[in-house]
Amino acid sequence: MKRTASGPQTPEPAADRAGAEPASSSASCPDPSASDPEGGGSATARVPAPRPGAGLDAGTETGRAAGRKPPRRPGAHGGRTPWIYLAPALVVLGGLLVYPIYQLGLISFLEYTQAQVSGGEPTSFQGFANYTALFSDGQFWQVLLATVVFAATCVLATLAVGCALAVLLTRVRALPRLALMLAALGAWATPAVTGSTVWVFLFDPDFGPVNKVLGLGDFSWTYGRYSAFALVLFEVVWCSFPFVMVTVYAGIRAIPSEVLEAASLDGASQWRTWRSVTAPMLRPILVVVTIQSVIWDFKVFTQIYVMTNGGGIAGQNLVLNVYAYQKAFASSQYGLGSAIGVVMLLILLAVTLVYLRLLRRQGEEL
Amino acid sequence: MSPQSQRVPAARRSPLHPLARRIRIRRPWRLAAEATALLVAAAVALPLYWMVLSAFKPAGEIQSTEARPWTFAPSLDSFRRVFEQQEFGRYFLNSLFVAGTVVIASALIAFLAATAVTRFRFRFRTTLLVMFLVAQMVPIEALTIPLFFLMRDFGQLNTLGALILPHIAFSLPFAIWMLRGFVRAVPEALEEAAYIDGASRTRFLWQILFPLVFPGLVATSVFSFISTWNDFLFAKSFIISDTSQSTLPMALLVFFKPDENDWGGIMAASTVMTIPVLVFFVLVQRRLVSGLGGAVKD
Repeated sequence: MKRTASGPQTPEPAADRAGAEPASSSASCPDPSASDPEGGGSATARVPAPRPGAGLDAGTETGRAAGRKPPRRPGAHGGRTPWIYLAPALVVLGGLLVYPIYQLGLISFLEYTQAQVSGGEPTSFQGFANYTALFSDGQFWQVLLATVVFAATCVLATLAVGCALAVLLTRVRALPRLALMLAALGAWATPAVTGSTVWVFLFDPDFGPVNKVLGLGDFSWTYGRYSAFALVLFEVVWCSFPFVMVTVYAGIRAIPSEVLEAASLDGASQWRTWRSVTAPMLRPILVVVTIQSVIWDFKVFTQIYVMTNGGGIAGQNLVLNVYAYQKAFASSQYGLGSAIGVVMLLILLAVTLVYLRLLRRQGEEL
Repeated sequence: MSPQSQRVPAARRSPLHPLARRIRIRRPWRLAAEATALLVAAAVALPLYWMVLSAFKPAGEIQSTEARPWTFAPSLDSFRRVFEQQEFGRYFLNSLFVAGTVVIASALIAFLAATAVTRFRFRFRTTLLVMFLVAQMVPIEALTIPLFFLMRDFGQLNTLGALILPHIAFSLPFAIWMLRGFVRAVPEALEEAAYIDGASRTRFLWQILFPLVFPGLVATSVFSFISTWNDFLFAKSFIISDTSQSTLPMALLVFFKPDENDWGGIMAASTVMTIPVLVFFVLVQRRLVSGLGGAVKD
């Protein structure tokens, strides 16, 4: 899937529990009719943050928050109706998402190779044997390290390029803006497979234009470990910065010009305005964009697989996803492949929990 | 006053055009910025340009060691080779069928679910929402192995069903999450008015809510379409022996040969595969950007 904004990107005031940003608590009014017993999650966000000198305008704050959420009509409880509406989604998700996750965990504890798949031998429970084998394999740690470093570099590069271009977009007239937007949308829409093939062709040692222009002769980018990773990095940044750029640009546009004007009247420099005004106001959006990038770049598969032909020479360009695929489908060690999958699932779950925490701190209402 | 205190009224107000900001940027700076923007745009567009260019280049020019950024003798040879040798038309239709089914099915299912979680209050509502959010983060690639066995047990291996079913499941959480905003935007007074006029719940759902949410459905569909159309891993893992059920990403790899890659064929096939997505994107571009913006402003 392409990168998509998954979270609600409301730049609402951060009702920070720690009160680090005291001047914001509009999400603090408990909704009078939100009587859902599971509201424990968002309830934390509704706790009013302590604010210095909150006397006078506290009233208006609550008033506004209450006005924003009109009381629900009495019939909204609906009895069974919501469950009927939800049934198809729950069936599909249960069968094709929840059950496979359970299966993944199960297989990771089994000895599951070609013999078991074809029914020649019964499956046997191995306990943590697959995990022990995995963690004692030097290659696994090497792949894990490569995945983390590669994903981190991709995220940083994507964010830097995306934010810089978003700021650039606000500085230019309509025509250059349209040109950049269209080019970015084109890169965004390009399927990962075709993007990969095109980039490999651009950097082809014999027929590609890049080596000609840079005068690199017949330097093969996919031969060395780091140059191959660099090539994949270029492609990943190329196809993923548009999401960051478009989202951040939309966020900047939503900042009222009075605020920026006030900053400039106070004599703030461009950089200072960005650091002290724009960036804090964009923080909710930046969180969404960063977490999304982390998640997407951590599980890059297609680009690595296509551009380095399945993980590079002697597996030098393997990342976790490709590693799991190779273990399972190329060498039929399904148990081991599943164990790698579980490791990946747990890492991304940790990232997701951080994301949820950050969303809550922003006073996001579900 | 700290900027945060400004935020709520700011976010509610319609986005002001940053005119004031623009006047203050001095002219040479703006020209430099515009030149940079155009240069970056050209660099970003270059891979796509090169792809289409190479697809139209005659074979001799592609294999030439002088990579010229133009051609005076465009030819359709590469496209012809792609469609004749590789049954590319069939793969194209397969891809289209898979993506189309996923888009329609997931849009309908997500619409119902989004209605349930936004217009009703019920037990476990918040839990469900958090679970939809978490479900988006699940690395679907990690589930290839169990899904492979699931599809095998249901006899779906080597059929397009093996691609359709998982993709419906994986596009749902995001679709529900994104549609939520669109459903919530429909005023509740409208719903009450419909009931007062004697409409049933079902009638309200399909004849009033559905048309109003339709633009949102389109924006959401882009993402499910693209993720399905681009899918490479499942196509590679689940369609193993019956190549008549292949989709485009797999067909593309046929042109990679160990000795000599057929770059003309690869670029022509890539062009054919990229164009539907580009068209789709351009068609809904406005909605997409404003949809994201809408999500930002909410």
